[in-house]
Amino acid sequence: MPVVTVGEKVKRGQLLGSVDAPVSAPVHSPIDGEVTEVGTCLTAGGARVASVTVAPSAEQDFETFIPVERGDVRATVRAAGIVGMGGATFPASVKLTPPKDLEISSVILNGCECEPYLTCDHRLMLEEPERVLRGAHVIAETVGAKRIVVGVESNKPDAIESLRAVSSGDVEVMSLVTRYPQGAEKQLIWAVLGKEVPHGKLPAAAGALVHNVATAAAIADAVDAGKPLMERVVTVTGRVARPGNYRVLVGTLVSDLIEFVGGFVGEVSRVIAGGPMTGPALANLDVPITKGTSGIVALGPEECPPVMKGDQPCMRCGRCTEVCPMFLQPFQIGTLANQRLWDRAAPLHPLDCIECGACAYICPTRRPLLQLIRLAKAAEMAKGVKP
Amino acid sequence: MSEDIEKPRLIVASSPHIVAPTTCREIMLWVVGALAPAAIWSMVAMGVPAIVTYAACIGSAVITEAAWNAIAKKPQSLSDCSAVVTGLLLAMCMPPMTPWWMSAIAGFIAIALGKMIFGGLGWNLFNPALVGRAFVVMSWAGVLSKLPNKGWFATLDVAGTKGLDAISGATRLAIASADRAAAGGYGYDLVAQYRPLLFKNLEGSLGEVSAALVILGGIVLIVKGIIDWRIPAGYIGAMGLLSWAFGSDPVFHVLAGGVLLGAFFMATDYVSSPMTKNGRLVYGIGCGVFNAVGRFFGPMPETTTFAILFMNGLAPLIDKAFVPRTFGWVKRDEE
Repeated sequence: MPVVTVGEKVKRGQLLGSVDAPVSAPVHSPIDGEVTEVGTCLTAGGARVASVTVAPSAEQDFETFIPVERGDVRATVRAAGIVGMGGATFPASVKLTPPKDLEISSVILNGCECEPYLTCDHRLMLEEPERVLRGAHVIAETVGAKRIVVGVESNKPDAIESLRAVSSGDVEVMSLVTRYPQGAEKQLIWAVLGKEVPHGKLPAAAGALVHNVATAAAIADAVDAGKPLMERVVTVTGRVARPGNYRVLVGTLVSDLIEFVGGFVGEVSRVIAGGPMTGPALANLDVPITKGTSGIVALGPEECPPVMKGDQPCMRCGRCTEVCPMFLQPFQIGTLANQRLWDRAAPLHPLDCIECGACAYICPTRRPLLQLIRLAKAAEMAKGVKP
Repeated sequence: MSEDIEKPRLIVASSPHIVAPTTCREIMLWVVGALAPAAIWSMVAMGVPAIVTYAACIGSAVITEAAWNAIAKKPQSLSDCSAVVTGLLLAMCMPPMTPWWMSAIAGFIAIALGKMIFGGLGWNLFNPALVGRAFVVMSWAGVLSKLPNKGWFATLDVAGTKGLDAISGATRLAIASADRAAAGGYGYDLVAQYRPLLFKNLEGSLGEVSAALVILGGIVLIVKGIIDWRIPAGYIGAMGLLSWAFGSDPVFHVLAGGVLLGAFFMATDYVSSPMTKNGRLVYGIGCGVFNAVGRFFGPMPETTTFAILFMNGLAPLIDKAFVPRTFGWVKRDEE
């Protein structure tokens, strides 16, 4: 709920909106300015949400901010509005409060870039490894974990080097096989600990707590300086004039960001918020960057072939089963979903699908496998089955 | 958004937005490329009859698919190149002197009854090329067995036989089989056959001219990740092991009778083979077992076709038996 009114002057770091629900996070103004509108706006995903529009003052000081009140770590992290910055935007404070009966033995930081095209976590690990590791220590202390691991894919040896250079030996920087989706939570736990998170259970069941490296850095800032989450690193890439990683204020419109990087180059057919494997394609560029927006990727028709209807033949090559990180049989679920045979698709566990998109990516006949699996998932959910 | 930036026409679609470069067509062209050395060498070695057989099989397969699509008012599917692969594989399991009309009928049956009647690519239960070959073998067994089994340029070459020179044109496998059946045997030297079977074997079908080139093509497909090594490994392993167990020479039996073409190119057909790694190994072994048992105890030694067709029929059951365990569904009973 907005806690400011139109015409009110706000300072950088000031609370703009807050909700009491446990799984939620407050939002702070990233700039000094004046509230011009309290209403709603569209998000990248197409949802209409409550919003506050702040017109910036002419003078901005990005060094200072109104700090949040610091209590214990969980309270501070909650007050600072920190959410999972890998894209899921799950409130970090909730993750820091695992069920009491489960012991967290390992804190794993996710330094595997979640998707192709994105390099924001890579740059963060290269440029600010201290913040990342400081966050890791705070998290480990809070949940009482003895072991801290940063998992980084082997194609980023410089990031591994950078983290190792500042780690004091109590942090393991683990080089992991470069494969998508190595950065998916359950797959990361499997790669690092060799344990499978049982179906329907939290990662805590495997004794693990996973946070994205950017989230860890934000937690460090909140605990050390009371800094609320107001900005993040966003990879802006693809068909733009100056691709790169930019530190972007939360709430910046995608259209403004595109303009800032010099606009589009060549024909752009899809603009994706996040990565091209899981991110939504924007219908409208006047949507805000949020705390979970890891990238803005502008793709042209050559990179994005049109989505097929689903009647391409499955040649049964088996590539989808080989790449599925959940060991599902996407071709089978896809074929059954295409024929609306929901009851026969259900035993193949469509609800376990993490929607990484690897099956639809790899399919040589371009069957929209993930899109079909989503139909099967929806049919299961409609029956009241919980994922 | 400022007005001086041109607004692009945005397409909204659900993720993923990018796709891997490998397409069905590319995979099929790799198969054609892998078969090319063996096919070209067979044309050189066998001459015009071989070229006629290739042309009749491939032409008939392609025309049948195009005609079927046109009559059934379905979108044309020739661009996926699977009909070319079927025609090519079919030709390679036909003897070079096969009458052209018989090759054309085989191509028609392969595509029409082997593939399109099931719904086209991906829906057939059996390998289309082998369906075409099986049809011809069963329909005209007498004609095929009386064919002069050589191309125009071939010379009589039944190396290593004693007192068997009269059986001109018989395949090495048939000679070996007769040798085993005869009391005491003729002393047919199997080891002496390795060399011709590997490099220039003019007695047999077009895919048997050079085992070495077939192996080369198979290795290319395995290295490129197009076929799974488990199927040829299981097939060749089982074939060799059983041939040895049945008291014969394992290398000869792997090289002869189109086993290599079957193991690398026929049994590995995506559509008619299992989907899972373990399933593929079991399926490959099954092909080898039925091939060997058929060869040593059946009425005729050329059992590759029927061994693979039989295992094609079992492939869906193998898939059912080897459903992969979903990630996280561990020790459910102990939870």
